Amino acid sequence: MDPQELIARRIARELRDGMLVNLGIGIPTLVAGHVPSGMRIFFQSENGLIGTGPVPADGLAQARLTDAGGRPVTAIPGACTFDSATSFGLIRGGHVDVTVLGGLQVDEQGKLANWMIPGKMVPGMGGAMDLVTGAKRVVVAMQHSAKGKSKIVKRCSLPLTSARSVDLVVTELAVIGFNDGRATLLEVAPDVSVQQVLAATEAELVVPAQVPTMEP
Amino acid sequence: MQTTTLQQAVGHIPNGASLMIGGFMGVGTPEGLVDELLRQGKRELTVIANDTAVPGVGIGKLVSAGAVRKVIASHIGLNPETQQKMLAGSMEVELVPQGTLIERIRAAGFGLGGILTPTGVGTVVEDGKRKLEVDGREYLLETALHADFALVQAFVADYLGNLTYALTARNFNPVIAMAGDTVIVEAEQIVPVGVIPPDHVMTPAPIVDYLTRKA
Repeated sequence: MDPQELIARRIARELRDGMLVNLGIGIPTLVAGHVPSGMRIFFQSENGLIGTGPVPADGLAQARLTDAGGRPVTAIPGACTFDSATSFGLIRGGHVDVTVLGGLQVDEQGKLANWMIPGKMVPGMGGAMDLVTGAKRVVVAMQHSAKGKSKIVKRCSLPLTSARSVDLVVTELAVIGFNDGRATLLEVAPDVSVQQVLAATEAELVVPAQVPTMEP
Repeated sequence: MQTTTLQQAVGHIPNGASLMIGGFMGVGTPEGLVDELLRQGKRELTVIANDTAVPGVGIGKLVSAGAVRKVIASHIGLNPETQQKMLAGSMEVELVPQGTLIERIRAAGFGLGGILTPTGVGTVVEDGKRKLEVDGREYLLETALHADFALVQAFVADYLGNLTYALTARNFNPVIAMAGDTVIVEAEQIVPVGVIPPDHVMTPAPIVDYLTRKA
């Protein structure tokens, strides 16, 4: 399976009926495509929409109905719209059940860096700092490594997104949790061994006696 | 409140003014007012907005034209020109978390000196700011953000200046409408007074100074 689809499918398994969920751009966006049919998830776009639907069919784009990247979306029946203060009240106020974001680095304590590379890439934090600080559960969707270097590090060298630790990191190799404040290997991807994950990871991982395989 | 033309409304804005401009990636940006700012050659502007869109769209046009001295925004990642000008030092850029930016604007419009937010604690955002502990949790004191003008895009306005917004074009618009010293609205449609039911009005007429219609 395509590594990004594997990550998205695994994260979709974290969602429960009725949840309010915010998806970041990139791999997180793919999660919406893997929600089991019959499960109602309220997807929020931080530009002011709950009930974000799929990309509109050709010719049906509506200039005033867009996602946080400015791309046309649809709204499902029962959707609602609101201003940016309400949108971030939902986020900061702990009303968002799960946020799924991309990451540049996650460290051993679950601290996330995902908004800038000093001197190279300064896009701005957008809503990321509010989402990581305020959502009930923070899930990071990212590739395990970039240019051969582990993105799960001992300590983030890049500027942090929040002082709050994330709850779960899902990569194409593993699922890593931070329940007791330490990076713990919870699952390995199909056809990936614990040793392969450890070899590809800079951070020190706690490895339980039994590490199940990710259900794809 | 005065109904007027785009030309006359923008004529009230001096060079060097601070402008809050509605919109999120250009959606909900009063494009006619932006074009008129360019046509009248306004410069040295401070722009307070969620983002700078992309080159050729909304605030991106002001950035490309070199009309902007300083930007206060949460995200500039989709406009490479803003990033280049920032790195080259030809335009000042202050990046603010999105939820903090909108709350600083809301605070200004609602008569508050600032707000306490947990966002940014333990990151570079806290540099130089006061931290306060409330009930055992740390917060940053983020001060109110005012502007000389708010440039608002509305969907339907009535001739008194009551405003409604459409779908995701609402975003920053109703919040900046409260925070600008002078509020200029570009409405897509203007309808007779009484057509908008009171419960549907999102911005009350008395805070609007100039009402213009999209060309």
